[in-house]
Amino acid sequence: MGQTLFDKLWERHLVDTDEGGESLLYVDRLCMHERTGSIAMQLLMDRGLSVRRPRQAFCVMDHTLDTFPGRGDQTRIPGGEAFIVSTRNSAQSLGLTVFDVNDADQGISHLVSAEQGFALPGVSLVCPDSHTCTLGAVGALAIGVGASQIEHALATSCIRLAKPQVMRVSFEGQLAPWVTAKDMVLHVIAEEGAAAARGAAVEYSGSTVEHLPVEARFTLCNMAVEFSAFTALIAPDEKTFEYVAGRPRAPAPLPLDDWRKLQSDTDAEFLREIRVDASAIRPRVTWGTSPEHGVSIHDRVPEPANADAQRALDYMGLTPGLRMQELAIDAAFIGSCTNSRLSDLRAAADILLGRRVAPGIAAVCVPGSTSVKRAAEVEGIDQIFLDAGFEWRESGCSMCFYAGGESFGAGKRVITSTNRNFEGRQGPGVRSHLASPELVAASAVRGRISSPDMLFT
Amino acid sequence: MRAFVKHQGIAAPLTEAGVLRRNIDTDAIIPSREMKRVSKTSLVQGLFSNWRYLTPDSREPNPNFVLNQGAFSKATLLIAGENFGCGSSREQAVWALAEFGIRAIIAPSFGAIFARNCVTNGLLTVVLEAETAQQISDWVQLNPREHQPLIDLEQGQVTAFNRHLEFKTPPAERLCLLRGLDHIERTLSEHRHIDDFERRYFEAYPWTVLR
Repeated sequence: MGQTLFDKLWERHLVDTDEGGESLLYVDRLCMHERTGSIAMQLLMDRGLSVRRPRQAFCVMDHTLDTFPGRGDQTRIPGGEAFIVSTRNSAQSLGLTVFDVNDADQGISHLVSAEQGFALPGVSLVCPDSHTCTLGAVGALAIGVGASQIEHALATSCIRLAKPQVMRVSFEGQLAPWVTAKDMVLHVIAEEGAAAARGAAVEYSGSTVEHLPVEARFTLCNMAVEFSAFTALIAPDEKTFEYVAGRPRAPAPLPLDDWRKLQSDTDAEFLREIRVDASAIRPRVTWGTSPEHGVSIHDRVPEPANADAQRALDYMGLTPGLRMQELAIDAAFIGSCTNSRLSDLRAAADILLGRRVAPGIAAVCVPGSTSVKRAAEVEGIDQIFLDAGFEWRESGCSMCFYAGGESFGAGKRVITSTNRNFEGRQGPGVRSHLASPELVAASAVRGRISSPDMLFT
Repeated sequence: MRAFVKHQGIAAPLTEAGVLRRNIDTDAIIPSREMKRVSKTSLVQGLFSNWRYLTPDSREPNPNFVLNQGAFSKATLLIAGENFGCGSSREQAVWALAEFGIRAIIAPSFGAIFARNCVTNGLLTVVLEAETAQQISDWVQLNPREHQPLIDLEQGQVTAFNRHLEFKTPPAERLCLLRGLDHIERTLSEHRHIDDFERRYFEAYPWTVLR
C-alpha cells in the first residue's frame, strides 16, 4: 500500500518511536510569537536550559503589538508590552533572530514564515499557535502546539506526538464568480461540522486546489484547524516552487528532485475522503458563533438545529428566516493570518476603488505583514482603502481577537475576514460574521452583508 | 508533572438547556484579555470569565454558570459536548483549569492541541460517546455531591450511574500520565538518538540546514 504525503513527511522526521507508540519528531524550524513564545522561552530559561540549535528558531511580534501608525512597545492591550519586551529579551539571551515591532520584515508569524522562506516543502515547522496549519500550503509539515511543547522543541529540536490519521478533502470544478478559498473552507466546515476532522491531518487536493494561487492555498489551509484538523497539507507543485524561490531563508538552488517526490502515492489510503463539487459553492458568510454556523450569502438565517444553535442566534441577535444579505452591519474588518495577504488586499481594493464605505460603518484594514503593507503602498492600494473610508494600519493580528485593547463594542455586528466567530472573540458581545475580504469590502460599501455582485449589476 | 492514576470527584457539566455544549473553545475557557502576564500561574480568575461573571469587568459571580452553583464550585471534573478545547492553542486554558482544580475532562472529542496540552500538564481527557457523556451529565445533575464519577486510568474505566464505562487513551499518553513523566527530561535523556538522527538527516537533506 502506498503512502500519503503526510506519512512521508512524518517518516522523514521520525527520530524514534517509544514503547507507547509515540513519535519523537525532528523539528527543522521553530517560530514563536510574543503571546505564547515568550512563556515557552521563560520556562526554558527557568529550567536553566538553552536552545539546542538557535539558528532553527526565530521570533516575531504580532499578537499584542499595536497597529496604529508610529507604534512602539506600548500597546492598548493590558500587559501587552510585557510580552513584547520579554520576547525580545529572552530571544537575545538565547541567541535567536527577532522580527521586532518596527522591523521591515515584521508581520503575523505565519506570513513571516512564508515570506522569509522558513516554511518550505518537506520541512517540519512548529509554532505555538493553532493557525500554524496555514503553512502546510507549501508542503511543509506545519504543526501548531502549546507553549510547553515549544519549550521541549527549543531544548531538544524535537517534539513528541502520536501520529494522527490522515484524511483527504478534494475539490473539483471551477469556482463561480466571487468564490474564494475562504468560501471553499467555510463550505466544508458548514457541511462537515467544526469537529469533523477529529484530530486527523487533512490533505487538500483536486483540480480546484491545483488552480489556486499559493496565497489562496494559505487561506484554505489556515482554517483547517476550525474543523479540528491536526494540520493541513497541499502537495507542492511548480507554483509552490516559484513562490519559494529566492526567499531569504530558502535554499539555492532549490532541491527540486526531492520536492517533486512530495506527493501522496496513487494507491495511498486515507481514513476518510471528502469530495466537494467546488463549482456549486457560492460566497459564504457565517451567522452564528462557530465556523460551522455558515450559509451561502443568498440564504436566510436557518432554524436552530439544537440548543447550541439557539444560544448562538440569541448571542448574534438574529431570528430564523432573516435574509443574510440584508443584515445591517456596524463594522468591517480586513486582516488576520487568514486573509491579509497582498492578493486579498488587491481583491478588496478592486471593489473599493471609486466607492465609499456606507455612513456610520467603522472600517479597518490591517495588512498581515509589513512587507505586504509596503507592497500594497507601492501599488497605491493604501490610498484606495483610505479614499473609501477605511483605516489603513500597521501589520499585526489586531482585531482578529480581543485582548482588552481594541474592540468594535458590545452588540456591534462585524463583517470580518478573520477565522473565528466565537462568542466574545472580537470583544464581549461583538457579533462576528466571517467572510472573504471581497465580501467584507462589498458589505462595508452597502452597510449590509452583501455579495460583491450586488455592486456590479 | 503530576501523575494521574485514579480520581473521583464532583463533575460539572457544561450545558445549554440541559444538553452538553459542543465546540467550547479555548477563548471561552480563558479569554485573551485574561492573559496579562508572561506566566503560567495566576490564571484561575480568568477561567470561563465571559460566563462566570455577570459582566466582563466585574468579578461578580453569575449565578447561572455551573461553576458558581453549590457543589459544582468544588468540581474537579468537567463534562462537555464534542470538540471541547477547539480553537486557539493557548496552554493558558489548561493551566487555568488545573489551577481551578480540574483533574480530568469527559467529552466525545477534544481540540487536538488542547488535548495534547492536557497530557503535558497531567490532565486526563476522557473520550466517551456523546450519549454516554450526556447520561453522566444527567446523573450528576440529580445529586452532584453524591454522584461523583470515578475515573480509573489504569483500568480505562469511568464508573458512573452504577456502570463501568470503558474509555481508550493512546498508550503513550497513558504511560506519561500514569508515571507523571516530564517530557523534556525524558527526551534529553535520549539525546544520543537525536544526535545520530541529525547526522543522517543533514547528510540526506543538507538544504534544510539554516546557516
